[in-house]
Amino acid sequence: MSGIDLQSLGLTLRLAALVTVTLLVLATPLAWWLARSRSRATPVVEALTALPLVLPPTVIGFYLLLAFAPIAPMGRFWMDLTGRPLAFSFTGLFLASLIYSLPFAVQPMQAAFTLLGRAPLDAAASLGARPIDAFLTVALPLSARGYLTAAVLTFAHTLGEFGVVLMVGGNIPGQTRLISVALYEEVERMDYGAAHRLSALLLVLSFATLLALYLLNRRSRDVRR
Amino acid sequence: MSAADPTLDIDIALTPPSFPLTVRARLPLQGVTAVFGPSGAGKSTLLSAIAGFSPTGGRIAFGDEVWEDGRHFVPAWRRRVGFLFQTPRLFPHLDVAGNLAYAARRSGAMADVAPMVARFGLSPLLARRAPDLSGGEAQRVALVRALLARPRLLLMDEPLSALDAGHRDGILPLIEDLRDRDHLPILYVSHALSEVVRLATTVLALDGGAVVGLGPAAEVLADRAAAGAFGGEEPGSLLTTEVLGHEPDGLTRLTFAGGELLVPTLPFPPGATVRLLVRPREVLLSRGVPQGLSALNSLPATVRTIEPVGDTSALVTLDCGGTPIKARVTRRSVAALDLAPGTPCHAILKSVALAPG
Repeated sequence: MSGIDLQSLGLTLRLAALVTVTLLVLATPLAWWLARSRSRATPVVEALTALPLVLPPTVIGFYLLLAFAPIAPMGRFWMDLTGRPLAFSFTGLFLASLIYSLPFAVQPMQAAFTLLGRAPLDAAASLGARPIDAFLTVALPLSARGYLTAAVLTFAHTLGEFGVVLMVGGNIPGQTRLISVALYEEVERMDYGAAHRLSALLLVLSFATLLALYLLNRRSRDVRR
Repeated sequence: MSAADPTLDIDIALTPPSFPLTVRARLPLQGVTAVFGPSGAGKSTLLSAIAGFSPTGGRIAFGDEVWEDGRHFVPAWRRRVGFLFQTPRLFPHLDVAGNLAYAARRSGAMADVAPMVARFGLSPLLARRAPDLSGGEAQRVALVRALLARPRLLLMDEPLSALDAGHRDGILPLIEDLRDRDHLPILYVSHALSEVVRLATTVLALDGGAVVGLGPAAEVLADRAAAGAFGGEEPGSLLTTEVLGHEPDGLTRLTFAGGELLVPTLPFPPGATVRLLVRPREVLLSRGVPQGLSALNSLPATVRTIEPVGDTSALVTLDCGGTPIKARVTRRSVAALDLAPGTPCHAILKSVALAPG
């Protein structure tokens, strides 16, 4: 495998890991609110959160590209702050991936919180646990499976994203050239040998991630019983 | 209860979408207050409001500590109120010791864990995980866990309803112990009359989201106005008796101010307190000393009041050594026996419902 391919692989794994960790933290309050709020705004926020599931990735990529442009408020803010454009940068890719993978983090967590219900939290409150305490010591451990699913799905989904990446990130080796983009380029260049290697790598990686999820899931089910 | 004793003052009016419930009551903070009523009476909603799981918009005050008043709201975790739920709600990711420590650490009662474990016989369970306990064991652990939070008031929401009779009999004495030894005020939601007869000092009767009776257990259980909470008919007269001894033929002899009673064998030593419920329909009246009857128990009494009920019946309240006992008889019998307030007579108890305690 070429150095360029390894570089793409490393970049992809770094992005996926970063996005996963960030989303697990950021999506927690959102998932919590969606699971517990009875506000009229809930369905609206729920629909917004789920949008990346149904929109073609290129549509998201297109809007993000506009937002990241130095003439847009967000792009200009970043330009003023760092002196570099947001589009076609690793940071831009990272931000885009957060949005693109958001439902994959929020939905399993929301499902876990809904399943949890109020009962154990009321019990914790009656034992003197303040809400944040009850969340960390009761809700979080009892929602571990939801978090595991969220982590694996977010990671795997970020690993395989293409449309958004290509629109927002482009193809700069070492910065935005993710493995899926590299594969696309190999096919364009008619280098099917390289394309095979990258495809097989992605296939194995994705399978291994999902297998890990289901194995862990089964084990935690056994423990719970 | 003197005027200075602290009370739990409740003034709430909940409307849909929450369960409709209107309660204005001042509950004593001593003994067991049974909250009684049929399903859908609002018992659990009332308990949740007192626990502080969510604001009601009304007013709730614990002594001079105001828990809720309009916008002022003290959340559950700051009220120091214990809650024993219908199901134990142990934390499944912790073992028994972990569940107990969860409460004790937050109340600073770690030093109480060992003595409480010993007192409630939990030692063999400590390393067990919550999902591996039987229903009775889990509820016992949940009770101790609630106590380790050092509550100032213990709320119990039908804590025995999910248990079989054997486990129920194992936990009832523990609750009596908390009432009599620890003097922990308890609010006990139930729709099992036997539990109320056995445990309650005070009864708050709820029906259809409203209070239909509140007062000393003996008064509310005998009050026709509270009948709705008990399925349409007031349960009857509550007698607090003491075990005198056991007869050679297996019967147990009980005594109270109104006389002595013989009941089927009770597994309690002489001196133990036993509460009985006497239903008005189970009481016959006789002017003379009853003779040639199969009923074992007859007590000398004096008629206190006679109150017509329905078209043909009357409720006669008797005085048996200071304890009121109600008898439901026909008005024809009242006339035939020439009963009036002050008339001496004999009350014949056809049967008594037992509620040892």
